[in-house]
Amino acid sequence: MYNEKVMDHFQNPRNVGEMDNPSGVGEVGNMKCGDIMKIYIQVKDDVIEDIKFLTFGCGAAIASSSVLTELVKGKTLEEAEAITNKQVADELDGLPEAKLHCSNLAADALQNAIKDYKEKAASN
Amino acid sequence: MERIYLDHGATTPMKEEVLEAMLPYFKNYFGNPSSLHLYGRESKQGLDQARQKVAEALGADPGEIIFTSGGTEANNLAVQGAAKAKASKGRHIITSSVEHHAVLDAAHYLGENGFEVTFLPVDKYGRVDPEDLKNALTDQTILVSIMTANNEIGTLQPVEELGHICRESGVYFHTDAVQAIGHMPFNLKEQPIDMLSLSAHKFYGPKGVGALYVRNKTPIKQLIFGGGQEKKLRPGTENLSGIVGLGRAIELACQNIEEKKQKLTRLRDKLISGLLEIDEVILNGHPTERLPGNVNVSTLYVEGESLLLSLDLKGIAASSGSACTSGALEPSHVLMALGLDHQTAHGSLRLTLGESNTEEQIDYVVEVFQETVERLRKMSSVFKK
Repeated sequence: MYNEKVMDHFQNPRNVGEMDNPSGVGEVGNMKCGDIMKIYIQVKDDVIEDIKFLTFGCGAAIASSSVLTELVKGKTLEEAEAITNKQVADELDGLPEAKLHCSNLAADALQNAIKDYKEKAASN
Repeated sequence: MERIYLDHGATTPMKEEVLEAMLPYFKNYFGNPSSLHLYGRESKQGLDQARQKVAEALGADPGEIIFTSGGTEANNLAVQGAAKAKASKGRHIITSSVEHHAVLDAAHYLGENGFEVTFLPVDKYGRVDPEDLKNALTDQTILVSIMTANNEIGTLQPVEELGHICRESGVYFHTDAVQAIGHMPFNLKEQPIDMLSLSAHKFYGPKGVGALYVRNKTPIKQLIFGGGQEKKLRPGTENLSGIVGLGRAIELACQNIEEKKQKLTRLRDKLISGLLEIDEVILNGHPTERLPGNVNVSTLYVEGESLLLSLDLKGIAASSGSACTSGALEPSHVLMALGLDHQTAHGSLRLTLGESNTEEQIDYVVEVFQETVERLRKMSSVFKK
C-alpha cells in the first residue's frame, strides 16, 4: 500500500525526538482521527537551523513528518512558510488516497510552529 | 527471515487434503451438477457428498444446507431473506452493535427500507446481555441475529441462551458462526439456532465458498433470481470444486476439536500474558470467554497501523482495528462499542493464532512486539515518559 520512499521514512525516520528549548512548537491533529503531530523548530537569523518531530499515528503520518523535517531544515522562515501538505506528499512520491487528508498534516504542524515562534519573538 | 502468520481470523492457509479433494472437480468431474447425463451425475454426487459432510459436522440434515459464495452472502441471505419472508408478520429485527458488517449493514439497509432495527449494546467485554434481548423483543419482532464469536475481539456470545429466548417467543434466531467453526462443536438438532452462517476459508478451506444452515420449515426468500439450485434460495451453477473443498475442510475442522482448542488456548494465553507484561498494554475482549486463537490488545501511545507495519517488517503478520487500516476515519465499531476511548481503539492490534503456530514463535513475537512498542513510543507525540 505504501511506496518504498514512504516505507523508508517510516522505518528510518529523520529528525525524530523532542527538542530542548525550541524556538517554536506546533501541534496538529486529534485523537479522534488517530494522528497527532508535533513539530519543534530552532530558529536563528530567520533560518530554521534545526527541526524535530514527534508523531502518534499511522505509517503515512510518521513518514510525512519525517520527510517534512528534511524539506525544512536550513530553509528561511519565508521559504518554510510556503511549504504545503501537498508538497510533503509529493516529496514522498505520493500517499494512498485515504491518507491524504487525515495523515498528511505535517506542513500544518510546521506552520503552527512558525506562528508560535513569531508570537514568542513579538512578545520578547 | 522467518515469517509468522498471526492473521488466521482474516483467512487460513488451505490444507493439502482439501486441495487433493478439490482437484478432480477441476479436471475429471467438470459436468454441471444439474445435467442429467453421467458427467452431470458425477458432479452431482460430489455436491451431495459435500452437503452430507457439512450436515454431519453441524448435526443437521443435508437438506438444511444452502451453499453460498461465503460468509458475507450467507449472512445477507439469512438477514434479508428472513426479513423478506416474514415482513407480513412483523417488521422488527434485533441484532447487536458488534456484528460483522455483513449483518450490521444488511440490518441498516432494512432499517432504511421499512423495518425497525434494534442494535443491542454490549458490555466492556463485548457480550450481549440476554436480559437486553428479552426487553427488546416485541410482538413485531421477526428475527434476531447475534454472532457466535466476534471476528475482532474473539468474544463468545451466550448463543444458547439467546436462542432459547427467541424460541420461547417464536422468533427466528440466526447466528454468524464464521469465526467459530472448528473451535467449538455444533449440534444443531439440539441447539436453538434456526440459521447459521459459515465460510470455508476460515477453517483451512478455499475462499469464495460458504454455507447457510436453514432449519427445516424456516421461511426465507431468495435474494437473487435464476435457476433452481440450492432450493432456489441461491440460484446459479454451483462452485463445485469450492463446495467439495468446503466439505472436506469442515470434516477435518470438526475432528479433535477439544484437543486443537486446548493447544490454541495454551498458545493464546501465553501470548496474552507475554504482551500484558509490557507497560500499558491492555487486553480487548473477554479474558476467558473468547475464541481459542484470538488475541486483541491495545498499546497506549502507539497507533495500530504503525505497529502492524513494523511487525510486518519483522515477518509477523497481524491486523488492526485502527481507522488507518480500514480507510475509514473512525476506528472499528466493535472496539468503540466496548466503550474504549479513541486512543485505545486506534492502538489495537489483533493476532489470531492457528494450527501451524508454535511456542517458539510466541516467544519471538513477544520480544519483537516489546522492541517495536518501545521504538514507536519514543517517537510518539502523546507518550509521557
